[in-house]
Amino acid sequence: MTLDDIIASLFPDGHEVSNDRGVILGSAPLRSGGRMLLLGVADRTALGVDEAIRLSGHVLESIGRDSGPILVLVDSDSQRMSKRDELLGLNEFLAHLAKVLIHADMNGRPTIGLLYGHSAAGALLATGLATRVLVGLRGADPAVMDLPSMAKVTKLSMEALQEKAKSTPVFAPGLSNLAQMGAVHMTWSNATSLADQLAALLADMPAAQDRRDALGKERGGRLKAAEIAERVRDLALQAR
Amino acid sequence: MTAPLKDITPAERARSTSFYEASARTRLELLLDAGSFVELIGPEQREVSPHLKIFDLPEQFDDGIVVGHGRLSGSPVFVAAQEGRFMGGAFGEVHGAKLTGLLRAACQIGSIPVLILFDTGGVRLQEANAGELAIAEIMRAVMEARTAGVKVIGLIGGRSGCYGGGGLIAGCCSALAVSEQGRIAVSGPEVIETNRGVEEFDSRDRALVWRTMGGKHRRLLGVADVFADDNVQDFREAALELLGLAGPFGLDRLKAEQERLAGRLSRFGACADAVDVWTAEGVADAQAVPELPADQFVALANQIGRTSRDAR
Repeated sequence: MTLDDIIASLFPDGHEVSNDRGVILGSAPLRSGGRMLLLGVADRTALGVDEAIRLSGHVLESIGRDSGPILVLVDSDSQRMSKRDELLGLNEFLAHLAKVLIHADMNGRPTIGLLYGHSAAGALLATGLATRVLVGLRGADPAVMDLPSMAKVTKLSMEALQEKAKSTPVFAPGLSNLAQMGAVHMTWSNATSLADQLAALLADMPAAQDRRDALGKERGGRLKAAEIAERVRDLALQAR
Repeated sequence: MTAPLKDITPAERARSTSFYEASARTRLELLLDAGSFVELIGPEQREVSPHLKIFDLPEQFDDGIVVGHGRLSGSPVFVAAQEGRFMGGAFGEVHGAKLTGLLRAACQIGSIPVLILFDTGGVRLQEANAGELAIAEIMRAVMEARTAGVKVIGLIGGRSGCYGGGGLIAGCCSALAVSEQGRIAVSGPEVIETNRGVEEFDSRDRALVWRTMGGKHRRLLGVADVFADDNVQDFREAALELLGLAGPFGLDRLKAEQERLAGRLSRFGACADAVDVWTAEGVADAQAVPELPADQFVALANQIGRTSRDAR
């Protein structure tokens, strides 16, 4: 599905959305009333300092003015890998975007990420993984790290990596692997109305508490994270 | 003849110990009040990564991170220290979950600060999905803790720097201290070179790496508020200073950060090199910055460097 198709299916009653060099900004009316703030990265654009500051600004301008939920659409490259972006402190720009999204979510503006194409590494952390519920659209192809780079670092052949990927979701690219980890909460079908699927999610939003580790355990993708975090937390609480 | 150990005060030992060279455990032992550190889920529990054996790689009993609590100048603190010598301090499932759990406890208590001694290349590739998600969970936990009133201070001066998702977590902290050796970035030099070519970034040009990502540039830019000399005592004093400075988190902070970062883009967005940024900042002899000894650099930074105080 193209971005235009996705937005048309999500918001059949109209929308105000711009896509300026891969930066999506806008809003759209919800069937249930109110408006949803939209932002995101399109066309597999790399997320650099210039893109991130516009996205965070769009959310901050909305806080205090609007009241609806927030949708983050993601079809990005990785973070922009360049001397200029790093010189200017890209880590702060990406963290700032994530912080703004997390703050909004914790303060009455529930956030949903819709991963409809590619994404990777720092770009995914600053967008989809900084939302309360990350939805994957069937056909999306995220890759935290791509296999050729992994082959280089691990000094294993692509064939060997692909063979290992069959038995574990822990490193291999793909939507279903991220779902098993607990990173992607649910997958939406592209064959039925996205507006219906969005309405169903908004009507039944999970609490703001981060349960991705428990989800990863339930789905068998991350068997230790939830238990280790809970044990450390319990022990640390006794330190009071 | 060397003096017997008992005649050396802990402060003297911390002063003469390089933060960069020390292990995670030594850093914590010398950073905190003597004998106060208590580790949680220590190596004796052998909570190793369940994934490294897929790659026939050796495990470490603490999965490359030490978490626990101790005292700093008499006050309780939670601490986490990454071990840059194990898999580059990279975030894996167990490694990340230990920090997440610590932050969640701090959030619940609300009054005990957290010190994070970063030393990381970012996501551990062999468990990339679990590591990436661990970083996302830590970022969320840092922001929840800060919202609950917890000060989260990052100390950056290890051999693996603070790269990838580690850089994003650092950006979520209340305040950072950095040494010259403590590089902060998202993409590492080799990653940029591999993806964009040596013309974009020559990873073997160490001077370029230091002035683009190193502690001096990060301090002048305001990414870090305090510059520490490369010894554990200086980081201890930096942590105490930052704990005194860090204020409560709220929406006003995020609005101020938006302005701070947008201002940086408009002022320095056209600069081709760190030397140009420093010149634009008013450093008289920008070329000399990399050679300045720590005390002279701190004086310069205090005079003209920016801070992110109240704007992060």
